[in-house]
Amino acid sequence: MSGKASRRIGKQDQAERKQRFEEEVLRLMDRLYGTALRLTRNTDDAEDIVAEAVSKAWSRLDELDDLDCLPGWLFRILNNVFVSEWRKRQTRQRYWEDAKQAGDIDAPEDFSLFQKLHQPFLLWWGTPEDAFVNDLLHEDIQRALDSLPDEYRVVIVLVEVQGYTYSEASRLLEVPTGTIRSRLSRARSLLQKALWTQACAAGLRSEPGDSGHDNGAGK
Amino acid sequence: MTERELSCEEVLEQLFTYLDGEIDAAGSADIDRHLERCRDCYTRAEFEKKLRLKTEQAGGFAPAPERLRARIRGLLDRY
Ligand SMILES: [Zn+2]
Repeated sequence: MSGKASRRIGKQDQAERKQRFEEEVLRLMDRLYGTALRLTRNTDDAEDIVAEAVSKAWSRLDELDDLDCLPGWLFRILNNVFVSEWRKRQTRQRYWEDAKQAGDIDAPEDFSLFQKLHQPFLLWWGTPEDAFVNDLLHEDIQRALDSLPDEYRVVIVLVEVQGYTYSEASRLLEVPTGTIRSRLSRARSLLQKALWTQACAAGLRSEPGDSGHDNGAGK
Repeated sequence: MTERELSCEEVLEQLFTYLDGEIDAAGSADIDRHLERCRDCYTRAEFEKKLRLKTEQAGGFAPAPERLRARIRGLLDRY
């Protein structure tokens, strides 16, 4: 840490670091790509930001003292690359307003999957909410996430998927933590509603017996 | 540290903040205690936890296309 003691990275050390970097990058590739894909919703964009993040990380590898911190550091760079690209596009395409409108039309503020599923008439045949979650496929969740407007999807991907704290998300997105909180709460409501709508459309969650019970889903 | 009895409404209001780990230790302990005693809130919390875990797994993973792997290998080779 002290300036004078800053060690020279010897040649062998350098080679080891490079090898370690390569191994880690390749090992994390599906996670980097998956995260990028949820952030961008677009395969070409996702590939571009992963490639750019890897280049950036490599060019700044000297800043990273402890290679054990490489995964978290890489994801941080990935998120930064995404956010700066996203900002450029927002100013060009006014994404923001579109996203807001789409969100407002779609969802009640307080949609809860649990409340939809945890119904007395459903309860006498087990715990429907558990069955629902257990049956969810990754692609169900990915589709539901992708249906969210950008500003909501991004906070979910940061906080729920990557474990960002509210203040980390607030710093990255340059909005107050209060905004992170309210967006998250809205995002969860939208996500749960999307999962419910998908399940209903797939006929997975029609009422038992199909005999005239109103489960309130249509409301 | 003063323990507080929370109502179910208070617990549900803070449930997600709690699951996000954004509540201080005392507040978090209050919720833990409520969840130990209240079956309804416990069931709800377990549901949200499971859904969150699934979201984490599904949202943070997708098989990288071979094209991307090749591109990254190309990048790394140039270094
Ligand atoms: Zn309770």
